[in-house]
Amino acid sequence: MASNKRQSLTAALTASMKHGAGLLAAGALMTAAVPAAAVDFDVRIVNLTNGIFYTPFLLAAHPEGSSLFTVGAPASPELQAMAEGGDISGLVGVLSTLDATVVENPAGGLLAPAQSATANLNTDGTDNVLLSVVAMLLPTNDAFAGLNSISIPTEPGTYVYNLPAYDAGTEANDEIVNGGGAPGVPGIPAAPGGSGTGASGVTGPDANTNVHIHRNAIGDTDPTGGASDLDATVHRWLNPVARVVVTVN
Amino acid sequence: MYSKKAMKPLAALALAGLVSACGGSGSDDPIPSVPPVSQAEFEVSVVNLTNNQPLSPVALVAHSGDFRVFTIGSPASQGLEVLAEGGSNEDFVEAARTDASVITIVSGAGPIGPGGSEVLSFSVPESDAASLSVSLATMLVNTNDAFTGTNSLDISSLAVGASQTMRGIAYDAGTEADSEAAGTIPGPAVGGEGFNAERDDNADQVTMHPGVISNQDGLANSVLTSQERFDNPVVQISVTRTL
Repeated sequence: MASNKRQSLTAALTASMKHGAGLLAAGALMTAAVPAAAVDFDVRIVNLTNGIFYTPFLLAAHPEGSSLFTVGAPASPELQAMAEGGDISGLVGVLSTLDATVVENPAGGLLAPAQSATANLNTDGTDNVLLSVVAMLLPTNDAFAGLNSISIPTEPGTYVYNLPAYDAGTEANDEIVNGGGAPGVPGIPAAPGGSGTGASGVTGPDANTNVHIHRNAIGDTDPTGGASDLDATVHRWLNPVARVVVTVN
Repeated sequence: MYSKKAMKPLAALALAGLVSACGGSGSDDPIPSVPPVSQAEFEVSVVNLTNNQPLSPVALVAHSGDFRVFTIGSPASQGLEVLAEGGSNEDFVEAARTDASVITIVSGAGPIGPGGSEVLSFSVPESDAASLSVSLATMLVNTNDAFTGTNSLDISSLAVGASQTMRGIAYDAGTEADSEAAGTIPGPAVGGEGFNAERDDNADQVTMHPGVISNQDGLANSVLTSQERFDNPVVQISVTRTL
């Protein structure tokens, strides 16, 4: 979504240039294209899954033209750290350079199945008109739920967004729970609801190494062996996996 | 700006130009007396969101009215069957050409790999833009007969410079059993048969696709692995009006 907006803005500017408009006019156009920010709004996040936990969520209101990830493009190292190990500090660092409005870890830890958490964001005096939300799915190798740069609504009301599970494309979905959560380290860092042991590993690196829609965990039904440490009757999901409810006050 | 009436003489002239020996009336008159037809131009970006399902060459149809790629619960057209089983859009495009509501058709340059994308461009007379929709079809080639796309995405209110984005889910053409067996799937993971005129799915009707099982989930004779599995959505389609 963000890239489309970027493209359209670029197209508008290009068209403006073609027609002989100067830089001043182009600047005015850019100002006009930025909608007024919703100053004060609440964001509620719901875990829609049956057996998946979320690592601490990152909520960010950020400026036009910025995004945390793009489908069909490689994950940034900061996104990779979030998706493989739940570490949002790198993304927070990038967002601070954008003067983004950020809320970290509104659930105060893991968010269990069917549980929700709420946070308030205030973008008064900022250019932060886009909202993104990300968190890692546990137990997975590099799955994350993502809301990608939606335009924050400006009219008071309640707005609902359903989030799919993305695959960061950075780690093989071997489904071995071994504590490996650092970027580039194979394996799943933790299984909060429990898991099997002794798996031989499901598969090698992703065929698609860009950010894409996750193909779902496969699991198996052998708690002490088999290919996967995940339980096929517990750790699968279907999209959507999370819901974000924005209430503009 | 320019009405449809203004367009038609130009189209007639262009046709006369193609059929060179026509020698119609006023053949000595210079062409510039006809005002140019104002065109609305669009770019359609298609992103493959799957892990290991290359998308067959896209068939993109710009149209007005009620053109449909498929209807849930109805049998797939012959063109859609060929596309969804074998990845060739030729018959689908051929059939669309005869549909009165179709304005223009664009075929993708080639398959779109996982994580890949393609931008297709087309233009229509400005007078057609106010009632314009696009439809799109492409096969998930490491399957028996899965396809994705969109039915009549309404882009009539798209302003110049604006974009509209949607995501498509996987459908089952209902024309071939989802056996995942050796020799039945045309994609690179298998390299088997594409189109076969026999219709042997559960029922001869288009439905949502139930997903790939794979040989890692109990379908012992499947030639697919966990890499070919997918969840929805499987494609992202963004339409930008550029002029």
